[in-house]
Amino acid sequence: MDLTIKQPHLFDPANGVDEIGDLHIKDGRVVTNSSASSEKEIDARGLYLLPGLVDIHSHFREPGMEDAETLETGSMAALKGGYTAVAVMPNTNPPIDNEGVAKFIKEKSEEIGLCRVFPIGTITKGRKGKELSEMIHLYEAGCVGFSDDGNCVEDSSVMRNALEYSQLFDVPIIDHPEDTTLSRNGQMNEGVVSTELGFKGIPDVSESSMVARDILLSRFTKGRLHLAHISTEDSVHYLKDWKTDRITAEVTPHHLLLTEDEVKTFDTNTKMKPPLRKKSDLEVLQKALKEGIIDAVATDHAPHPDYMKEQEYTIAPFGVIGLETAFSVLYTNLVISGKLSLAQLVKSMSFQPARILNLPFGEVRDGGIADFTLIDLDGEWKVDPSNFASKSKNSSFIGWELKGIVTYTIVNGNLTFREGEFLKS
Amino acid sequence: MDEEEMGWALRRLACEVIEDNPHLETIYIIGIRQRGDILAERIRKILKELTHWDIKLGVLDITLYRDDLTAYGPKPIIGSTYFPSPIDGEDVLLVDDVIYTGRTVRAALDEIIDYGRPSRIRLAVMVKRSGRELPIASDYTGVSVDLSKHEEVRVCLKETDGEDSVKIVEVSSESE
Amino acid sequence: MNPNRKDLLGIQDLSKEEIGEILTTAESMEEILKRPIKKAPTLRGITIANLFFEPSTRTLNSFALAEKRLSADSINLSASSSSVLKGETLLDTAKNIEAMEVDIIVIRHSTPGAPHFLANRLDASVVNAGDGCHEHPTQALLDLMTIKKKFSKIKDLEVAIIGDIKHSRVARSLILGLNKMGAKVTVCGPPTLIPQWMDPFESKVEYNFEEVLKGKNILYLLRIQKERQKESFLPSIREYIKSYCLTYEKLKKFASPDVVIMHPGPINRGVEIESRVADSEYSLILNQVITGVAIRMSILYLLSKRKIDGFND
Repeated sequence: MDLTIKQPHLFDPANGVDEIGDLHIKDGRVVTNSSASSEKEIDARGLYLLPGLVDIHSHFREPGMEDAETLETGSMAALKGGYTAVAVMPNTNPPIDNEGVAKFIKEKSEEIGLCRVFPIGTITKGRKGKELSEMIHLYEAGCVGFSDDGNCVEDSSVMRNALEYSQLFDVPIIDHPEDTTLSRNGQMNEGVVSTELGFKGIPDVSESSMVARDILLSRFTKGRLHLAHISTEDSVHYLKDWKTDRITAEVTPHHLLLTEDEVKTFDTNTKMKPPLRKKSDLEVLQKALKEGIIDAVATDHAPHPDYMKEQEYTIAPFGVIGLETAFSVLYTNLVISGKLSLAQLVKSMSFQPARILNLPFGEVRDGGIADFTLIDLDGEWKVDPSNFASKSKNSSFIGWELKGIVTYTIVNGNLTFREGEFLKS
Repeated sequence: MDEEEMGWALRRLACEVIEDNPHLETIYIIGIRQRGDILAERIRKILKELTHWDIKLGVLDITLYRDDLTAYGPKPIIGSTYFPSPIDGEDVLLVDDVIYTGRTVRAALDEIIDYGRPSRIRLAVMVKRSGRELPIASDYTGVSVDLSKHEEVRVCLKETDGEDSVKIVEVSSESE
Repeated sequence: MNPNRKDLLGIQDLSKEEIGEILTTAESMEEILKRPIKKAPTLRGITIANLFFEPSTRTLNSFALAEKRLSADSINLSASSSSVLKGETLLDTAKNIEAMEVDIIVIRHSTPGAPHFLANRLDASVVNAGDGCHEHPTQALLDLMTIKKKFSKIKDLEVAIIGDIKHSRVARSLILGLNKMGAKVTVCGPPTLIPQWMDPFESKVEYNFEEVLKGKNILYLLRIQKERQKESFLPSIREYIKSYCLTYEKLKKFASPDVVIMHPGPINRGVEIESRVADSEYSLILNQVITGVAIRMSILYLLSKRKIDGFND
């Protein structure tokens, strides 16, 4: 045995595991033969052992914007938040629209040896929405999905072609649904608060109309569609009524927990796309996650350096970080309050996103890949930007008091994070 | 001092003014808010009683000329300044309740000069106490008193305080 | 005014009492403006920086004059002369100015919340001279003062605000101010220029111009920006004039005989208001300019801080 984890609460909703027991790991896999002794042991009494969390939607900014985040700092933030695998969006500079950048990301993150990083390739060359990227090249270089995230593929015939062409390998086309002719220059959700504050609004219809279009195109082409960061009530309605087994959707922790009222502080950590919506949207999103209409939680971890965010609201870039807080904010505010079960939360943060990206993670089972996170669910902490492992501090949850501390993160059988310390394999 | 004593002191003060000014009609009385304006009105009444002259009366609010607007503190309410006619060339009698450091009078002089150029300005006060910080003196005085820094003169008037009286009270130095 | 108040950022966070105090103090300030020497030494030694990131003539001049009338030292920084063009951030610009021992910063900026952003990060007092389409509190206060002087009250007056409500910080601040002081507000304009959500503002919405003229004490006209046509909020300025320009004829036909006309300026003669109306006895437009200086003096005075001992005569 390489490692034995003694007496954690094993918890895997995908396989119905919910019991206290030892877990043995050999060569990066779970083994049942418990007779042999291990070189290393972890005393995990009182901790929950969950499948390693999988983020389907992060931005690690490398290459191109290394003052915001790098593959290394992003990986550290991931481990600290309990994530063992992260899919990174291609809006880097240069973008991941060629196999060179995709390989760079794969190889560099393997070299760093902290958490698994999977590139997502662009749908179109240069994320310009016009010509399809060389998807076969990208797929063979390790891309697990395609997205122009940050931009919507607004040309419907390009989107249609992407949904058809990607069926070669059955990976999802991840669209960022936004009709920019409706949202142009918008800073926040259009509604009562934007009226009060005098901001140009981003109406919910700018998202919902694109969600409807994407769903219709997926139904028409049978293409695999994944809808990124759903934020409106109408988007959920269209999903509920028209979803097929070829369609999945994600929601972010901030859209599940925060509303447009936060913008009244003019804190630029309330500025993101899609914008924080109304209370009624938030309630619908929570319910949709519970009911499985929305499949996964994604962080949309979008680091920006202080000097970019510490600006006038209209000038500051969109986006907030999320990897280090995602599990705890949702556990504290949805699970403890009884709005969501722990099983639903864990499944939507591990098994489900792994399946969307065709990745073999998100389970605690014999012979399964040994990617785990050990969490002290009763541990209390306060979100303090000076403790972030991420290079950027732009969190919407600064000052929140949370429950659930990630104590150990194990990737491929190796302990890579131990009580605040990063261990390279 | 009680009401009667104050009445006499004012009357005496008014008499001194008449003695000094045979041509009383050229006097222009200006009272400094708050209380100086009320005393000014009383002096004017006495002068009218004694001489039947209608004397011009102005009111001066020196708030904007103060040199001690404190940080974030509640600001005094600004009353308005009112002169019935231009003060250029007038013989001004400035009236206040108490002269202490002299800073109020300094502010009043600055403000009057912003309005015009009187031929002369003299000062009448109800109470002259020790503690001047500027080279300013009163020309007419109701009563003089020597006090320490920890004592304060309170002039009360019927119109603002319900009674006429002059009292000396102890103040602790930090409660300023 | 709340003794802990450091900044004046919007009408939203002013209480009715604070508005009352600003107006009362402004009346005393107006008296200074009528003196032979229109100057008081009140803010001697106080340094004020006027940071204007948007072009403005009248608000900037009004502040500058108010500062001079109270003997403050002031510097003007307009976007074209500042380091903003060199890529310096707002925060750095403001910190540099504060390092020069500035006591009050008057800021106009195209981003809502820019004054709040500075107020949260600087020790200096911040006065909002207009932030995007959010608030323009000094304009609203001078309008309230103009109204109070004309009618001796504000409560229960019927006020119509007409024009581009959606993009108007003047309208937002004024409606909030009128709400707080108990006046009744109706907004009027084409539907594209009225916000879809009027919830934060207590007001009636009336699209019909002739209807809105009836029975009002005050008709407050907003300036129509020519760009609204390009952004397709209006088919043409010509069409706006046809339906919403206040002509002398419509004024006589529909409005009460004792109605007054207000406008934050600068006026577009022949667009939202006919020349004959602007120059008529109904117009308070020039009164607004005079009260503007007094209101700004009042605000600067009430926010100013100074520590000198003594003065207990």
